[in-house]
Amino acid sequence: MTSKAAKTKKTSPQSKLLQTPSQTVGPYFAYGLSPEQYGYNWNSLIDAKVASEATPGKHIQIQGRVFDGKGVAVTDAMIEIRQADSAGQLILKPGSNVGFKGFGRCGTGTMSGGVWLFNTIKPGKLSAEEAPRIDVIVTMRGLLQHAFTRIYFADEVDANKLDPVLKSVPAARRKTLLATEVRPGVYLFDIHMQGKDETVFFDL
Amino acid sequence: MSTIIKPTLAPRDWSSNAGYIDKGYKSTGLRGPTKPLIPIRGASLSAPVYGHDQLNATDNDLTVNGRKTHDPIGERIIVTGRVLDENGRPIPNTLIEIWQANSAGRYIHVLEQHDAPLDPNFFGGGRTVTDAEGRYRFLTIKPGAYPWGNHFNAWRPNHIHFSLFGSQFGQRLVTQMYFPGDPLLLIDPIYLAVPEKSRERMIAKFSIETTQEGYALGYIFDIVLRGVNEAIWDNH
Repeated sequence: MTSKAAKTKKTSPQSKLLQTPSQTVGPYFAYGLSPEQYGYNWNSLIDAKVASEATPGKHIQIQGRVFDGKGVAVTDAMIEIRQADSAGQLILKPGSNVGFKGFGRCGTGTMSGGVWLFNTIKPGKLSAEEAPRIDVIVTMRGLLQHAFTRIYFADEVDANKLDPVLKSVPAARRKTLLATEVRPGVYLFDIHMQGKDETVFFDL
Repeated sequence: MSTIIKPTLAPRDWSSNAGYIDKGYKSTGLRGPTKPLIPIRGASLSAPVYGHDQLNATDNDLTVNGRKTHDPIGERIIVTGRVLDENGRPIPNTLIEIWQANSAGRYIHVLEQHDAPLDPNFFGGGRTVTDAEGRYRFLTIKPGAYPWGNHFNAWRPNHIHFSLFGSQFGQRLVTQMYFPGDPLLLIDPIYLAVPEKSRERMIAKFSIETTQEGYALGYIFDIVLRGVNEAIWDNH
């Protein structure tokens, strides 16, 4: 059947447009999406420094690796994070809060072992019932659609108990969404694409 | 208790998209999630606004932004279109980032091993922000096909990688734009991973109206992101 035939047959009442499908980011995104991190001679619009020294809040580093189904660290993944500032406000434009961008991007191809790492601040709550969290986009060669996950904080025990999204996750898998403070101010959050510890990914 | 209006997103159209694990595209085997995704409904999270004050004047002209001594080698093309949501509403002020191989099918990435020449005058990265009507425009060089290791004699069709944000966090899209009539499309596992009914949405249309006399061929590539609807919420 040709696409023309399909078009004339369509009797949908609304003239809705159809979503453009996703494709993999591929192995060679670095010079286009994170040029400075990878040493290319072009300025990065988005980098791993989500907050500056002057931004109010608890300054933290959050880092981790991305593991494939065999437990091998992926060195051509790209992680993006979106978060509120320490007062729980989402920043629309970089600079609306002192030095705070609210969004960051880091590839796993420049640090040893395939580490990604963001310098940021611990986010505040977006609403009374939501626990502090960071929204995450994971993409890489071999991923035909990016995957959404969330970073919650293991030290926010009370807030985590109330969070409606965490509560919707089967109890046994919630730990895959918790970052733990391994050294003062340094949180660890590994992402497992598959396996028994497969990270919870969301459809949002 | 008060009532507020929040934007909500139409769901991702899973029926138009590839699955996470695809038999033909081998790298998906160990990298695609295997457990069902957990739905989050009604979460409104705006996308960040980027680019306006950091873009360089030549960021959307790939025939110039990597130029050192000469013009880059290859066929000049114009790639233009609109970014819309499913409801046909344009998405203004949104960042589009692209990257591609040069006309010989070689990426500038340091790990690229394909034995085709780099072009010292071509970088291959570009970006722009959509205007008030959701329009964007790039000037570039038509990328070449290049071989990859997925299977014996595997070649990727000519393509340009696109990365978009939209106005809502959930509208994020990473995709690839292909060219009409490319014989490699029907043997490319990455293209074929997408269900047949929606593959053509990734192919740009040749446009003689967009083509610039004596200078560059024109292609139109409209991009449709998830629909943004307004819903009334009881905020308590």
